[in-house]
Amino acid sequence: MPAPTGIMPATLRKDLRLEWRSKDAINSMLFFSLLVVVVFSFSFDPNAEESRRIAGGLIWVAFLFAAVVALNQTWAREIRNQVLDAYRVSPAPANSLFLAKAIGNFIFVSVLEALMTPLFVIFYQLRPLGPTWQLLIVAALGTWALVVNGTFFAAMSLRTRSREIMLPLLLFPISIPALLAMVQATANVLTGGGARVWIALLLSYDLVFTTACLLLFETVLNAE
Amino acid sequence: MNKAFPILGILTALLLSYALYQALDVAPTEQTMGDVQRIFYYHVPSAWTAFILFTVNFVASLVYLFRRNPASDIVALVSAEVGVVFCTIVLVTGPIWARPVWGIWWTWDMRLTSTLVLWLIYISYLVLRRFSSSGETPILAATLAIFGALCVPFVYFSIWFFRTQHPQPVIGGGGSIDPRMLHVLLINWLAFSCFALLICWSRYRLEELQREVEQAHALESLTQSPRSSR
Repeated sequence: MPAPTGIMPATLRKDLRLEWRSKDAINSMLFFSLLVVVVFSFSFDPNAEESRRIAGGLIWVAFLFAAVVALNQTWAREIRNQVLDAYRVSPAPANSLFLAKAIGNFIFVSVLEALMTPLFVIFYQLRPLGPTWQLLIVAALGTWALVVNGTFFAAMSLRTRSREIMLPLLLFPISIPALLAMVQATANVLTGGGARVWIALLLSYDLVFTTACLLLFETVLNAE
Repeated sequence: MNKAFPILGILTALLLSYALYQALDVAPTEQTMGDVQRIFYYHVPSAWTAFILFTVNFVASLVYLFRRNPASDIVALVSAEVGVVFCTIVLVTGPIWARPVWGIWWTWDMRLTSTLVLWLIYISYLVLRRFSSSGETPILAATLAIFGALCVPFVYFSIWFFRTQHPQPVIGGGGSIDPRMLHVLLINWLAFSCFALLICWSRYRLEELQREVEQAHALESLTQSPRSSR
């Protein structure tokens, strides 16, 4: 972990303020996941029992696709006016920048989830039969899993041609275990089971990949 | 290339034909599955070879991140490419066998699913190499290779949990293997490994030459540009 310099909170504050004023990411994410909810609802037309089984998958697929929207513009802002280059030559630790971006994305996606979940519950008539509090843990760990790798791969795909397409191509294969865990945990809780195994898996996934991101981010930022 | 290459080529050709003879004629016919089972001698050695190549890719990527030498970058690239080819063979021969034996082409069984996910991860590695601009490619690719390798245990465990929670009939390994079959299997694996080594070697040389040509072109355009601009 990097030393708690002022850079991390400062960058985070700046990103949050930019987002608060423009509301670019959150609006496009909200609209996008709303579309996914509606389209899925038309294409499956589920009854209450079926919804319980498939809702875990629908929710997380919707959030995953919506998160890509936010992740893609994470670094785009820093390319204008060569902010990223300036950052590279400055002595500021690269990991503070990375953590600020990852936490910022985590907040954006969490806000999206908080706004969209009630809508999902209404549209699909969901009533969890298992321990609901576990869903909160699953949501927090799962969102972090998507966002930490997503922020990292967004920084990688900055260096490629057609970077907007590149991010999902890199992110989705690596995220399959996390996504499987999130979907299964949610479906288990909704249908009346527990999700301890999946929470443990998500926790270890988060630990391993957060460590890997922090160890390798400087290399990627300075790649020439 | 030195003399070892044609020697390896001849050796591989001999081994492959001997292994083919062994697999199709010498190996005993399986009792319940019949001759269909013989695809096993191609399926399993390809899988082992692919996994070895993916391990090589991981090690070479780690070495590249520490040493930054072009040779280990080329090794990483080549092993990923050839590994994906062998992994594709596994994913194609599997359903060909599964159709007559299980009655279905594909099932979301643990091994099938984890091999497919592994294949997807390394495809995304190759896509990244294709799409990034040349100077940064090695570093980005090495980083992604490390993420991919870290992901492998998670893929394995998550799909294991997934499948133990939703059991479905799948003809698993279990049971013992006839020693003659094992013998044939190992010969085939040796032949396939030699074949993979041969392809990797020529691909390595090709990549080396390609980079030399690119460098020569870059140098040429550098030295000629002042004259043409005048």
